[in-house]
Amino acid sequence: MNAPAPAPESLATFRARARAWIRSHLAPFEAAADVGVLRHHRNDEEELRAVARDREVQRMLFDAGLAGICVPREYGGQGLTPAHQHVLDEELAGYEYPSRFQAPTFAPCLAVLLEFGTEEQKRRHIPAILKGEELWMQLLSEPSGGSDVAGAQTTAVRDGDEWVLNGSKVWTTGAWWSDWGLCLARTNWDVPKHRGLTVFMLPLHQPGIEVHRIEMLNGSKEFCQEFITDLRVPDSDRIGEVDDGWTVGTRWMFHERMLHNSPLVTMPVGLVHSGGRAAAILDAARDAGRLHDATVRELVGEARMLEVVRGELQRRIAAGVTTGKMSDQSAAIGRLFMAVTAARTISIDFEVVGATGGTWSDDDGAAADTGIDFLMRQAACIAGGTTEMARNVISERVLGMPRERAVDRDVAFRDVPRGPTSR
Amino acid sequence: MLFELSADQEFLRDTTARFLAQYASVDELRRLRDDATGFERNYWRRGAELGWTSLLVAEAHGGGSVSGHGVVDLTLLAHEFGHAAAPGPFVTTNLVAAALSDAAAHLDVLAELVAGTAIASWCASEPPPAGPYDPPQCTVRVDGDDLVVSGTKRPVESAGVADHFLVTGRTGESVTQVLVPRDAGGITIEPLHTVDLTRRFATVRFDDVRVPATAAVGTVGGAAADVARQLQLALVIASAESVGAVQRGFDMTVEWSFDRYTFGRPLASYQALKHRFADMKSWLEASHAVSDAAAGAVQARAPEAAELVSAAKAYVGQYGVELLHDCVQIHGGIGVTYEHDLHLVLRRAVLNQTLFGTPGEHRRRIADLMEAA
Repeated sequence: MNAPAPAPESLATFRARARAWIRSHLAPFEAAADVGVLRHHRNDEEELRAVARDREVQRMLFDAGLAGICVPREYGGQGLTPAHQHVLDEELAGYEYPSRFQAPTFAPCLAVLLEFGTEEQKRRHIPAILKGEELWMQLLSEPSGGSDVAGAQTTAVRDGDEWVLNGSKVWTTGAWWSDWGLCLARTNWDVPKHRGLTVFMLPLHQPGIEVHRIEMLNGSKEFCQEFITDLRVPDSDRIGEVDDGWTVGTRWMFHERMLHNSPLVTMPVGLVHSGGRAAAILDAARDAGRLHDATVRELVGEARMLEVVRGELQRRIAAGVTTGKMSDQSAAIGRLFMAVTAARTISIDFEVVGATGGTWSDDDGAAADTGIDFLMRQAACIAGGTTEMARNVISERVLGMPRERAVDRDVAFRDVPRGPTSR
Repeated sequence: MLFELSADQEFLRDTTARFLAQYASVDELRRLRDDATGFERNYWRRGAELGWTSLLVAEAHGGGSVSGHGVVDLTLLAHEFGHAAAPGPFVTTNLVAAALSDAAAHLDVLAELVAGTAIASWCASEPPPAGPYDPPQCTVRVDGDDLVVSGTKRPVESAGVADHFLVTGRTGESVTQVLVPRDAGGITIEPLHTVDLTRRFATVRFDDVRVPATAAVGTVGGAAADVARQLQLALVIASAESVGAVQRGFDMTVEWSFDRYTFGRPLASYQALKHRFADMKSWLEASHAVSDAAAGAVQARAPEAAELVSAAKAYVGQYGVELLHDCVQIHGGIGVTYEHDLHLVLRRAVLNQTLFGTPGEHRRRIADLMEAA
């Protein structure tokens, strides 16, 4: 028998405890890391050092009782509330935090484990994640199609107590330094696509998986592609039922869209991913010598307006979904808004620096490199599911409008056209 | 609007919603199109009984909120006002009532405002190109035991029927507010044209209008903070009203998209339109979110209120109006006719966009605040 649960820590006590610990243990946030779009500003050695520091900080948070605020205590978490998580996020403002653990390790991977994992799976992996020992990746997208996730062609064939996997996955951020992956695979080609999928978990660095790094147009090599050949996965590492992977997958993508509103994710208040902070845009305009221009000032104000509004929208959606006033599918509203405002903000960043956006020197301060970010602008509207998919979800699942005609429904997946040459 | 209303708040909101459905119907709005005043005094007095004018007023002065958060409560009513595109000097009377209550000044007038038997209008804005954060050019001069008001205010809501004007002016380099009765000599009122169907505005000129020193609201030369507070209140009430208008237009258009068939299928089945509805839905929810956050911050007198009110005004003004124009587009030709109801809410949102600072002015204001931080 467990001891009776202690009364939950009050928010005020929690805040005092978090504040004291953070101020005496964590370094200030390195602002440069928060600027731009997937900027290629570290070499591999520096990146690995940053990964190691993230693991270390995650472990420190765990030892301090500040990891997994909303994760149940039996899995190493604190069993507290989203309000406590928000307090932690507030207290972390301006301090380093283990950014690489948030997406996709905490959301969606840990969220999926909590929801669908067996007791044994949860006890094996969730404490390890909270201690900084396991960084997870999602093996979801495939080279054959990014948005059509349920059209996965990576195949798992049962062999006794094991499964044999073959195929390829892509757009895995930082797979080259990660430990485990959630993998969506096809286990039945003779049923319609949503009914023949199964989810597995697997270590990323083992024979049978080759991890290749993809170079983005700005030189970043954080995205990877995996080639999976005769990889053996024990059946005990299956998540959810055989051929019922879409039940898991639907929630998996919900947790992915909820990234910015998830109580499992730690994100210091004021920090904005993808798109650059408005404060950085103010600096860029100033360094470009253009802050006196009323048009430029209006653009800077617009960037900040969007930043403020997206924060409030995420809070509204989080509250709406938590209380059931909004459907789970409403997470797509936040996803769409984040992406569109990120793209707009990057355009503003480019516009306020004027000609410095196209040619710059190292002496141009915050105005430098904005042109490269501008080239990468659409990444925000692609990664994590395109904005077109989000718009489909909002119109069809939130507003209830008629679904698009689909030729791959109610047809065995092996008979679905997969290209101009296939049947 | 907030997701979670208390039972009392829901009662407050619902009572006004039902009242407006009956007494501010689309037929009634059209009937008032050419009415000089744009609303009936009796309508306003009955509305006052529903709490329209008392939520920002202290209990000691005959007011009181239902939740203890008067600003938030008032935004619930503002939402319904916008939703119905309802007539009446809603924003401006509440601002004057709040100013009098906070300064504990002119309690006799305040009682009449709360009862709905008198109308008062805030004379804050000045002729273009003056912006909402520019110091007033209108002067309030001390002359013995009198105050002398000189200057031009524009636009002033319901000036044609206002019994009192709360004038914001400068005394030297500082700010003074005075309550000027309509019958004080030297006031000229010239009606303005407006896009709204029922709200009326005018230019009000004060030519050496003389009032006793007791007309001051707050101290002479000490009203800058009061004016800043009133402007914040104006921005959250107007934003909440606009969100109500935008919500109505959006709902009308979603319904239309299901009912309207073209090429044998409903508009709602076309992906080109579905994707626009998705964008509109995100702008709508964002408008609710920032408008509610601004109201909460102004309620709490939180430091971030200054930025949030401008973010709300700029965002709702830009995206809310864009959303309604897209609703017009999706309606097609009928959407630009007088017969259709869509223009009623479009008018309200467009008018509100221009009051108390345009989106552009508020974007520049946000940049100013960032730089000052």
